[in-house]
Amino acid sequence: MRILVADDEPHVVTALEFLLQRAGHQVLVARDGVEALALAPSSDLVLLDVMMPVLNGHEVCREIRRRPEGGRVRIVMLSAKGGQADIEKGLQAGADLYVTKPFSNQELLGRIEGLLSR
Amino acid sequence: MLQGPVIILTAFAYLGLLFAIAYYADKRADAGRPVIASAYVYSLSLAVYATAWTFYGSVGRAASDGVGFLPIYIGPTLMIALWWIVMRKILRISKQNRITSLADFVASRYGKSAALGGLVTVIAVIGILPYISLQLKAISNSYALLGNYPAITMPEPDGTLHIFFNDTPFWIALILAAFTIAFGTRHLDAAEHHQGMVAAIAFESLVKLLAFLAVGVFVTFGLYNGFGDVFARAAAEPRLAGMLTPLEGVAGGYANWVWLTILSMMAIMFLPRQFQVTVIENLDERHLNKAIWLFPLYMLAINIFVLPIAFGGLLRFPEGADADSFVLALPMAEKQELLALLVFIGGLSAATGMVIVETIALSTMVCNDLVMPVLLRMRRLRLDAKRDLTGLLLGIRRGAIVMILLLGYLYFKLAGEAYALVSIGLVSFAAVAQFAPAVLGGIFWKGGTRRGAIAGLLAGFAIWAYTLLLPAFARSGWLPIGLLEQGPFGLELLKPQALFGLSGLEQITHAMIWSMIANIGAYVGVSLSASPSAEEHRQASLFVDVFRQNPGEGGARFWRGTASVPDLYNVLARFLGTAGADESFRGHAAARGLRWPQDPLEADAALVHHAEVQLAGAIGAASARVMIASVVKEEALSVEEVRAILDEASQVVVYSHRLEQKSRELEAATAELREANERLTELDRLKDDFVSTITHELRTPLTSIRAFTQILLDNPDVEGDQRARFLGIITKETERLTRLINQVLDLSRIESGRAEWHESSVDMREVVADTVTGMSQVFEERNIRVEMRLPEGVRAVKADVDRMIQVMLNLLSNAAKFCRGHIEIALTEQAGGLRVDVRDNGPGIDPADHAVVFDKFRQARDQADAKGSGLGLHISRQIVEHFGGRMWVESAPGRGACFSFTLPT
Repeated sequence: MRILVADDEPHVVTALEFLLQRAGHQVLVARDGVEALALAPSSDLVLLDVMMPVLNGHEVCREIRRRPEGGRVRIVMLSAKGGQADIEKGLQAGADLYVTKPFSNQELLGRIEGLLSR
Repeated sequence: MLQGPVIILTAFAYLGLLFAIAYYADKRADAGRPVIASAYVYSLSLAVYATAWTFYGSVGRAASDGVGFLPIYIGPTLMIALWWIVMRKILRISKQNRITSLADFVASRYGKSAALGGLVTVIAVIGILPYISLQLKAISNSYALLGNYPAITMPEPDGTLHIFFNDTPFWIALILAAFTIAFGTRHLDAAEHHQGMVAAIAFESLVKLLAFLAVGVFVTFGLYNGFGDVFARAAAEPRLAGMLTPLEGVAGGYANWVWLTILSMMAIMFLPRQFQVTVIENLDERHLNKAIWLFPLYMLAINIFVLPIAFGGLLRFPEGADADSFVLALPMAEKQELLALLVFIGGLSAATGMVIVETIALSTMVCNDLVMPVLLRMRRLRLDAKRDLTGLLLGIRRGAIVMILLLGYLYFKLAGEAYALVSIGLVSFAAVAQFAPAVLGGIFWKGGTRRGAIAGLLAGFAIWAYTLLLPAFARSGWLPIGLLEQGPFGLELLKPQALFGLSGLEQITHAMIWSMIANIGAYVGVSLSASPSAEEHRQASLFVDVFRQNPGEGGARFWRGTASVPDLYNVLARFLGTAGADESFRGHAAARGLRWPQDPLEADAALVHHAEVQLAGAIGAASARVMIASVVKEEALSVEEVRAILDEASQVVVYSHRLEQKSRELEAATAELREANERLTELDRLKDDFVSTITHELRTPLTSIRAFTQILLDNPDVEGDQRARFLGIITKETERLTRLINQVLDLSRIESGRAEWHESSVDMREVVADTVTGMSQVFEERNIRVEMRLPEGVRAVKADVDRMIQVMLNLLSNAAKFCRGHIEIALTEQAGGLRVDVRDNGPGIDPADHAVVFDKFRQARDQADAKGSGLGLHISRQIVEHFGGRMWVESAPGRGACFSFTLPT
């Protein structure tokens, strides 16, 4: 599966890239919202950071969902913000899952697999 | 045709007509459809000012003085222009207090003083007697002149006393008394308006005007060819020519004119009959507005033919006749019988109008302010036991009318021949002018007191009697004439007509000057030296501030005590009759939404005040006070208490001012609070943001650390370079965490003021050099060339050396992060301080972000990928500002950035 990692923290991207490749996925990387939007259509799943330059995660998510083919792609929102309001806001923007940082590698991978097999 | 019986019959027929008019007007008034509720009737009734004196006397004076008769009519015209200020106030006061006469007005103003009311009454009666006698003289003379038709023989003053029942004036006095009683005291209700009388007076004003105009037209256009012809012929006669310029060569001519004008200004206000028609009989304050121009118009009309008639008479009777008779003698000489009769009726109108109103006004004063106060104080009479006193009231008034007219007759017999008509009138004018200080002072000056008013009136009246009344009796032979010529006891200085050597003036002017000086002087002087009683204080305020009070509130505020409704009702019924009392109580109850007598009334201050005012309308303020005080238990208010109540009103004003101010202050405080609240809310939001940002900033490195730790833990197969790289990341992120925590702690210490500052003399060259040395490894790694321009001998700054290193470290790390291989550091001395510039050749910062970069956790958007805590610049700026310096950035995108700060040396 093709998974897009959209995050402006290079170390987080490095870690996710390593994990997802080990799990057998093809990984695309975006460093900001605009790149993320450009790469989203060619991905099966997007790991979307919320606090990103240019366009933030919410905006990217809404934009993906607004597009005709946007319903197909799975979106997992990854954020350091873990309040109930943040989670609801993320889900309302159209995310399938909301995962707070820092995350457990196993758990994240497990939920991604679950989402992809649906 | 003009025989005695015809004249008498005509006269009685005319009086009968007047009575019919009065009767009709009264009936209409009883039916609630008054005929006199009109500004025109009101204005005409004011013309009662024009008496027989005007009708006959103006021509008499014009025949001797030319235009010298004019001040008598200029005065009222001037005064009436001031009525908007003066009379409106008097009207309002009188209506609120149900004033019954001028004496009542003065008494009421000065603490409801019975003594003052009595004094005013005495002065008015004595002062007006010459005036009434003048009317008797006019009627009697005109009757005698007309009765001798066709001969024109002036009645000769014979100086002997007729046996009274043989004397025409005596009978005239009695007939007028009977007639006045019929007009003025027909009503049992002593308090109400005399509407019938007013209607009759207005009619009389029309009749006398028409009669005078008829003679004027006859003389001017019948005997001569218009005004021009009359004046031309007069000017042709050397004897008359000088009269057209009356002021030339007359010593004190201007003074006489001025004083006569002032005198007439007072007369139009304070003659009892003028006060009666203007104030007491006024039905509607608004009638004043029309009267202000209608009355002067009437004065103009009745004066326009005075000079032509006077000149006509002088030309027609060159041998000299009594000029006061010209008005009647001219038509007679021309055999115009009907016109002569009309003139006689006109003169009769003028005289009867004056006598009726004047006597009614005086009799009210005598009854309410002289007799009643005395009777009420005489306990032997047991007046308070009598059920109904209305009959007694009317009886007193009727007696007073007869007495006044008989006194007028007596004056006529004793002194009436001493002066011409005009001079007699002026004597009365001068007497009533004595009321001016007390009345005018009373409505505009709160400081006037009862004692001051009494002193002023006594002083003025004494001078009047000495300078005007006494000479009249002396001239008539009742007193030795030497009194006038040598002065009393031969004292020249006390000569009644040249007091203290003031001579060369007309007698009236002379009297006015001295009496006014004495009157005003005593009034003001004594008022200032005596402190007023509570009652005076209260009345002064009610009068002077009449326009500032709520109608109906009035004096009730000042009453404290206990009363009973039946007692109040009974005292009212005694003077107003049960019908009057019932009506009065009904009105009071209705104003409170109650019905009398079904609903119980409360005997409160308002009811007591109401009863007193109603009673005052019948028996005057002073007597009403006595009567009410006899049936209620009242607590006397002290001057302080009255003052307190009065102050309350002004305090309310002050208080409301204060309230306004308070509410303004409150609004300001509210606004401040709102602002503070907004600030707090903003701070709270900032704090939430801060916590949320801190959390985010802490979680980000933690995420990397946790992810890589798990990777390494779960994947032992990761080896060599990759393993080392991951471990390196973990180390770096740990350092980042540590740095962040330290900075947050540092910031919190600085912001809360708990930071420790070790101030000393700091050489910035050393600081810069040390920092650069400390960072040399970083610069080498990134291949950055650092250029330093540190001039020798720059002055030291007062600062904390470690903090300065922290600032430099921060600025240099930022520069190292963004620069493209070159950093420049410069120290320059400026006026009063040292400036440090750290310049890089990086991408630069958008001007929009220049301010933002110093905020907590704020980084310029395009630098967000260069990870920092977002606190460094903020803390640096706080440090620089702590030492009194400033920090800022200058930059443009693509052209590098220069961070600068100054420090005072």
